[in-house]
Amino acid sequence: MKISEICDILEGEIICRADLTDTQVNAACGSDMMSDVLAFVKEQATLLTGLVNPQVVRTAEMMDMHCIIFVRGKRPTLQMIEMAEDRDMVMICTELEMFTACGKLYSAGLRGGSGK
Amino acid sequence: MEESIKLHYIVPGDDFTRAGAASGDVKRTLKELGVSPAVIRNVSIAMYEGEINMVIHANGGEIDVEITGEDIIMTLRDEGPGIENVELAMKEGYSTAPDNIRTLGFGAGMGLPNIKKYTDEFSIDTELGVGTTLNLRVHIQ
Ligand SMILES: Nc1ncnc2c1ncn2[C@@H]1O[C@H](COP(=O)(O)OP(=O)(O)OP(=O)(O)O)[C@@H](O)[C@H]1O
Ligand SMILES: [Mg+2]
Repeated sequence: MKISEICDILEGEIICRADLTDTQVNAACGSDMMSDVLAFVKEQATLLTGLVNPQVVRTAEMMDMHCIIFVRGKRPTLQMIEMAEDRDMVMICTELEMFTACGKLYSAGLRGGSGK
Repeated sequence: MEESIKLHYIVPGDDFTRAGAASGDVKRTLKELGVSPAVIRNVSIAMYEGEINMVIHANGGEIDVEITGEDIIMTLRDEGPGIENVELAMKEGYSTAPDNIRTLGFGAGMGLPNIKKYTDEFSIDTELGVGTTLNLRVHIQ
C-alpha cells in the first residue's frame, strides 16, 4: 500500500515529505511504547503512535521506517518534523484514535509487522 | 576494508531528546560503507537500546565503536549505579524505570534482551556504585 493511500484512508494530513508519499509500505504497527516497537517489529513497517517526543523519530530511524502516523490529533514538534525531513520520513496526522486508525488500515489489507 | 574505523561518542545524561544521536551517526556511517541493511539494522537497534539505557538509568556515558572488515564492535561505558542482578535485568519485562520514563515510551524491560537478540556477542560488566559496561559485537558476514 502506498503512503498516500494510507493518508486517504485515515483522512490524514501530510506534515512533511509529501514528495515521498508514493513509497510502498508493507506492514504497520501501532504503539505508544517505543520499547515494544524496537522489540517486536520485524518487518520494515509504518508506525502509528500517540506519543510525541524525538525518540519516536529515532525509533523509526533505527527500524528503517518511512512513515510515522500520529493518531488522536497529536502534533509533532518542529524539532521532530525537522528530524523526519532529514531522514526521508513522511509524517501524517489523523484525528482518529489508535484503535480506529489501525482497524481501518487492517480492513484495507495492511498487516502487522511482527509476523504474528 | 584495510584499516578499522574507530568512532567515539559522549552521551549526555541530562538530555533525553538527544539520546540516540550516536546510534544514528553509526547507522549513517555503516550505510556509507555499504554494509548490508540487515547488519545495519541489528547494530542500530542494539546500540540505540544501549544508548537509551545509559541516559535513563545511568546519567549518560561514552560509546566506542570499531568497524573492521569482519565485525562491528561496540563498547558502551557508564559510571551510573550499576546493575544489582544482571540475570534479573536480562529478563523480558523486568524494569526499574520510573513512571515518567514510561510516559516517554520506554521502560518495558525489553532493552537488554533485545540487545542480546540483535548481537552475535554480548557481555555485561557491572559493579554497584561504579558503573556498567556493555560489550557488543555484530558480525558483518
Ligand atoms: N546502563 C545501566 N545502568 C544501570 N542499570 C541499568 C542499565 N541498563 C539497564 N539497567 C537496569 O536493567 C533493567 C532492564 O533494562 P532493559 O533495557 O531491559 O529495560 P528498561 O530500560 O527498563 O526498559 P526498555 O529497555 O524496555 O525501555 C533496567 O530497568 C535497569 O534497572
Ligand atoms: Mg532499556
